[in-house]
Amino acid sequence: MKTKRKIEPYLYLLPALVLLLLFRFIPILMSFAISFFDFGVTNIGKFTGFGHYSRLFADKEFWQSMGNTLWLVLIAVPASIILPLIFAQLLNQVERFKGFFRTIYFMPFVTSLVAVSIVWKIIFSEQAGLANTFLEWLGMKPQLWLAEPKGILPLFLENIGITAPQWMDGWLGGPSLALFSIIIMTVWKSLGYNTIIYLAGLQNISKVYYEAADIDGAGKLRQFFKITVPLISPTTFYVLLMTTIVSFQTFAQIYMMTDKGGPLGTTKLIVYYIYEKGFDKMDMGYASAAAIILFIVILALTLLQRRLEKKVNY
Amino acid sequence: MKNPIASALTYIFLIIFGAVMVVPFIWMLSTSLMTQGEFNKNDSIFIPKEEYHVWQDGDTERRVILVQSKDGKAVIHVLNSEGQISTDFEEYLEVPDDQVKMVRKKPSFHFDNFVKAFKKVPFATYFANTLYVSFITLIGVLISSVLAAYAFARLEFKGKDLIFYLFLSMMMVPEPIYIISSYIMLDKFNWLDTYNALIIPWCVNIFTIFLFRQHFKSLPQELFDAASIDGCSTFGMLTRVVLPLSKGVMATAAVFSVIGSWNSFMWPLVMTDRPELRVLQVGLSYFNQEASTQTTLLMAASTFSIVPILIIFFLAQKQIIASYAKAGLKD
Repeated sequence: MKTKRKIEPYLYLLPALVLLLLFRFIPILMSFAISFFDFGVTNIGKFTGFGHYSRLFADKEFWQSMGNTLWLVLIAVPASIILPLIFAQLLNQVERFKGFFRTIYFMPFVTSLVAVSIVWKIIFSEQAGLANTFLEWLGMKPQLWLAEPKGILPLFLENIGITAPQWMDGWLGGPSLALFSIIIMTVWKSLGYNTIIYLAGLQNISKVYYEAADIDGAGKLRQFFKITVPLISPTTFYVLLMTTIVSFQTFAQIYMMTDKGGPLGTTKLIVYYIYEKGFDKMDMGYASAAAIILFIVILALTLLQRRLEKKVNY
Repeated sequence: MKNPIASALTYIFLIIFGAVMVVPFIWMLSTSLMTQGEFNKNDSIFIPKEEYHVWQDGDTERRVILVQSKDGKAVIHVLNSEGQISTDFEEYLEVPDDQVKMVRKKPSFHFDNFVKAFKKVPFATYFANTLYVSFITLIGVLISSVLAAYAFARLEFKGKDLIFYLFLSMMMVPEPIYIISSYIMLDKFNWLDTYNALIIPWCVNIFTIFLFRQHFKSLPQELFDAASIDGCSTFGMLTRVVLPLSKGVMATAAVFSVIGSWNSFMWPLVMTDRPELRVLQVGLSYFNQEASTQTTLLMAASTFSIVPILIIFFLAQKQIIASYAKAGLKD
């Protein structure tokens, strides 16, 4: 009886634990190991040590994809925090049609990325796309969107008649308009989820604070910045963490909407780079090294955010 | 909200935001109902309409393409019933201008795009594969998650915290990190290009384990005490006490699991190659390459691949949104 007691709990855990060890834990460890070997089409080659890593650091394409990914994260993450907070705040103030709006906002989140990528690719098409129709309606010049390798900063300056300075030619010119189009779509896809999370967070803030502020005569805007923003910060940290991790993994959009990360590699993101090296070129050791770098970056950012969260504690 | 102006402004912003979220879907639907020619012309944006020229040839009206109209004369291609240029007439036929008229039909919906898209590549197979993979994965996820969550929530054993922490830490590791090594591993198992590769690795879902654990913990202790007095075994408590009280959370977990399987893309793209094994998302990506210029068919395919999930969503939107919101708060 006594031994049975001891074993029994583990039997319940067994299916999940075996699957988890076999299909998550071991592959993660394997990724590290593989990154130190030459790996052809699933055949182990010779030990290369840090060879893949040094090759990676010398690869311009790798740095370009890292740079592109950084732009995506730098723009998509703040946008996916600020806009949902504003809209959750607005939603929280209305009574009628609240459920209706919530449903509408959440729709993009449940639909498949592949299908909506097709839709957005066509929205951004040069000929008859909705994006250019909209610009035309506003009286603006049509754009190349997904086919435009130029950075958004020099493009903007050109459109208002200023010659862009030299330094804007590189990474500092911002993401290409092509990548920016991807960012717009990515933000659109995630807005609904984050809005719902914020809405749940807002409903947990006690009304007492706002009533006290009303008595003190604080305006609505002041209340938003002095009460809502600080008290919602645990939710903000959660949204920040999740959106950052998800943004680093952007893949389907690039696969579906661009021609292999083009134009001129300006939409090649790190996961697409890993996919291309691993499964197109079948250079799996090398691709694993890139995956490990990505892992380290995400891990470092996660730990950083955790520390920041502890410091900013209300 | 008391101030009517502020209230009106709030609604205006909410409507604008709602329009941004919904317009791509409406445009998808309207484009999927147009002819390709109409889409390329780009003057009927949301309401499909049809415009064509007809030639009044005596008593019969024939569909034509107007090439040029000048000095009271019109140059036309006469079309046959299949819509191709008829060989019964001169290719560039010259007729008096006033015999050629433009016909406008508005709205005019081309539902045949759906049939064409569905037949062009074996979407029926893709749907069947996706349903099969989603369903079997769901069963696996429910079994493994309920058992593990029960152990975490209601049983005491050595190393519980450590194992729990292991599960927790694995949840944060993104799929691209281990997809290459998984490919190599599944190749060694001879599982590449089989349903096993699509199903078995996904029969563990850490997120649903947490969902169940949270729920099992919230069940009152008295129920378990009473069952224990009645001589109920640990497993009996799970089947007779816990599960009957877990229908809601099971439904939530099922929805998460099915939406996840239905939408997953990178994994099936990499792990399968045979066309018979393609799931819907992968099939759609191939269709995207094959029919890249046939915008209206692409939109039709996107529409019918989105609709099943949207139906599930609309039927249970309250519960689904509430579960996502709750799951977000717990962390």
